[in-house]
Amino acid sequence: MVKKKRKIIEIDDAVVKFAGDSGDGMQLTGTQFSDTSAFVGNDLSTFPDYPAEIRAPQGTVAGVSGFQVHIGHKEVKTPGDLADVLVAMNPAALKTNLKWVKTGATIIIDIDNFESKQYKKAGYETDPLEDGTLDGFNIVKAPITTLNKSIVIEMGLDSKTADKTKNQFAVGILYWLFDRDLNFGEQFLDDKFKSKPQLALANKKVLRAGYDYAETIETLESRFQILPIKERKGLFRNITGNNAVAWGFLAASERSGLPLFLGSYPITPASEILQELSKRKHLGVKAFQAEDEIAGINSAIGASFAGNLAVTTTSGPGLALKSEAIGLAVITELPLVIVDVQRGGPSTGLPTKSEQGDLLQALYGRNGESPVIVIAASSPANCFDYAFKACKLSIEHMTPVILLTDGYLANGSELWKIPKMSDLPEIVPRFVKDNDPDFKPYRRDLQTLSRLWALPGQEGLRHRVGSLEKEDVTGIVSHDPLNHEKMVRLREEKVQRVANYIPELQLDGEDSGDLLVIGWGGTYGSLLSAVQDLQREGKSISLAQFNYIKPLPKNTKDILNGFKKIVVCELNLGQFAIYLRSQFPQYAYLQYNKVQGLPFMIYELKLKFNQILEEL
Amino acid sequence: MANEFQTEDLSTPIVSKEDFKLDQPVKWCAGCGDYAILSSVQNALPEVGVRKEDVVIVSGIGCSSRFPYYINTYGFHGLHGRGSAVASGIKIANPKLSVWQITGDGDCMAIGGNHFIHLVRRNIDINILLFNNRIYGLTKGQFSPTSPKGLKTKSSPDGTIESPFIPGELVMGSQGTFFARIPDTEPQRMKEVFVEAAKHKGTSVVEILQNCVIFNNGIHYSITSKELKDDHQIYLEHGKPMIFGKNKNKGLMLKGMRLKVVTIGVNGISEQDILIHNAKSPDDALHYMLVRMTLPEYPVATGVIRSYDDNVYEDVMEAQIKKAREENKIKTVDDLMNSGNVWEI
Repeated sequence: MVKKKRKIIEIDDAVVKFAGDSGDGMQLTGTQFSDTSAFVGNDLSTFPDYPAEIRAPQGTVAGVSGFQVHIGHKEVKTPGDLADVLVAMNPAALKTNLKWVKTGATIIIDIDNFESKQYKKAGYETDPLEDGTLDGFNIVKAPITTLNKSIVIEMGLDSKTADKTKNQFAVGILYWLFDRDLNFGEQFLDDKFKSKPQLALANKKVLRAGYDYAETIETLESRFQILPIKERKGLFRNITGNNAVAWGFLAASERSGLPLFLGSYPITPASEILQELSKRKHLGVKAFQAEDEIAGINSAIGASFAGNLAVTTTSGPGLALKSEAIGLAVITELPLVIVDVQRGGPSTGLPTKSEQGDLLQALYGRNGESPVIVIAASSPANCFDYAFKACKLSIEHMTPVILLTDGYLANGSELWKIPKMSDLPEIVPRFVKDNDPDFKPYRRDLQTLSRLWALPGQEGLRHRVGSLEKEDVTGIVSHDPLNHEKMVRLREEKVQRVANYIPELQLDGEDSGDLLVIGWGGTYGSLLSAVQDLQREGKSISLAQFNYIKPLPKNTKDILNGFKKIVVCELNLGQFAIYLRSQFPQYAYLQYNKVQGLPFMIYELKLKFNQILEEL
Repeated sequence: MANEFQTEDLSTPIVSKEDFKLDQPVKWCAGCGDYAILSSVQNALPEVGVRKEDVVIVSGIGCSSRFPYYINTYGFHGLHGRGSAVASGIKIANPKLSVWQITGDGDCMAIGGNHFIHLVRRNIDINILLFNNRIYGLTKGQFSPTSPKGLKTKSSPDGTIESPFIPGELVMGSQGTFFARIPDTEPQRMKEVFVEAAKHKGTSVVEILQNCVIFNNGIHYSITSKELKDDHQIYLEHGKPMIFGKNKNKGLMLKGMRLKVVTIGVNGISEQDILIHNAKSPDDALHYMLVRMTLPEYPVATGVIRSYDDNVYEDVMEAQIKKAREENKIKTVDDLMNSGNVWEI
């Protein structure tokens, strides 16, 4: 047989989505393909998208699990709007994902799963392969299930185990399509199935079969090449937001010299932070899986009182349960970092989907005047930086800090330049010396207004803190009205003074102009991509993405002042807009809001910004 | 040599009750049982054998939970029902500390019930002093989870229709390793039980039958009054026969699956027939029966009912950390970040 020589087209970037039943191994194949791309020097951003059920019925739309990866020769800021290549292991995967695919995209389908019973189960009335549904796409109909079976049954694998290797056939096709070295994929499988060499071998055979299949068939006319990024140098790894948060805490623990204590309760999508830290006993971490969210945070407060770097991790509903205890950390003026990995709400809401709905809860969701520092991470990798900064601010200012991330950051991953510990800033706990004759529990540092930290076990410093209001300086229980007002104001002022210790807001774009786009937290990649596209078109538009929310950066007002129009973009109904209106009521704020459990699409943002610019 | 003793620890003077007194006013009602408990704790602490700086007293909310403000130790007054969780964090963070949780029947049997049973189950070395006055005091007189069925209170004007918790049963049900019960009218025995609780490695629960003079005065009268207490209480001591009564002639025997009160000298029963108390037995079946004994069929059991040595949470955790540190090649965060799939670009 004569093989046709296919041309290789150089492209800047591509978005690939793997979709199949949960259990089909889509997360694994996605990771495998991303790691390979990182290895060859591409930038990347990934986002897994999985159902809330562990195993919804096979072949149904409810059971579709997906993994999207955006790889590029240049810097990649988001997992991408629409896919260039879709792998659909069954009709349900096609049905769910077709709307997220570019016109003309390549769709690789497992033809074995497209019998009428199967496409009807997915909600198609007629055969989508025949009825024109897929007109305009480049369809690769591969008999993946049967080819896979014929390979692995030969090796003596039973048919149930055999089905688990079929995802490798699809990845094999992609390795060919993107001109990837198969060796890396094989190495990945050897690592993954270290303890099961037979399974590793079977997977590798299937991977190669997929590759050879792509080389042979006529449907694929050309293959693509995405060259490595040249500007980047250094040591890199792929990291998810949850993992980055956990490592940020480890770094802060090492840099501050304080042992790390985590008091937490499992909740989607925050559980990986607990799981990652539970694995880190070799770095001295004490991870306490509590009986509930309330015990999680209260145990952390206890550990903080005893002198540990104490953190608690949760998602929105868990933050609601923790709110009383956050007030306790506020009044006892102890360091404590609370991570809220936001998800769709209210109540149980959309456990596996992302939203920015907890901002007002973080700022105000407690009884009494209960100020805390609120900061938000804006990419999977910078979750490390903000987890580290949350610890630094909390320890050095003796106040709780709420760190907001979201499901999108937590599960998504990107390439991360590995920092050196020695390059990270110092963290200096404000300890009292043993037997300090001037010690009083609420005596304050004049600059920061933070009290000092005296630990049980220290001589000459016995004292009592707690949930009742205390007299200034002495810490004696006090119901005096004027003292209460003084303490309320001191606690607020202490948090406001943190503005002196955080960086000023950096704008992406000119510092004045027609339109200022405002975002906060995890929407940064989408907003920046949209804004930069319009800047390239010559539009007068800049982006201000907030990572520090309470207190706001000192130059916030100057930045707001420079623009004719301001639009605040959020994945909620306008919580940051409400907050900005309360802080700077002199400006008019337009809003762009989306509450679908989905990130912003770059094209929809551009549409909105263009519309505002035209109305100027 | 005398010198060796001197170098032991100059920084820690011998502690006395005075070391634990504060000059702050104590704001419990006149006649409240809490005063006697406070005094007994202050008497017990010097005998526990820890530095005074290492004592931490933690509480939740309620009359009893003001305790940390009235004693000169490190103290933490927390949230309603959550004292167990705070105490757990303190002890896990620094296992060297002697951690005491002060709580009431409302605080730890109702809002804190969940945290209480989980602390006991984990066997973290914390001493819990449970002040049981069978009423809500600080919220002014509503029934509590230990109020007797039928008790008329502000929130149960027709009598409660709930079965009360027996704290000892919850402790046994949570695989507790130490349980003692003591009335607030017995300062000497109270002190001894507190010292025993402190010496026990693991979660120690001491139920104190405490009198609220305002909302439930005399609720424990049938157990504590001078005239009745000898016949209505049995003070258990490890290794000693279960004998009680004014004339020291009543005792407990096992008849079939049940405990039975017998009189020595009647029906040929001698002291040899009476059960010997074994608080240290791993099997809690008999301890369970003892904590459930109620009037009028039985005397109420007091003293240390169960004290069984088992693995302690924080010790096992420290051991796991030590082992992981020895065995894992990754010693620093730099090591960790540079491990696994890392690419030089």
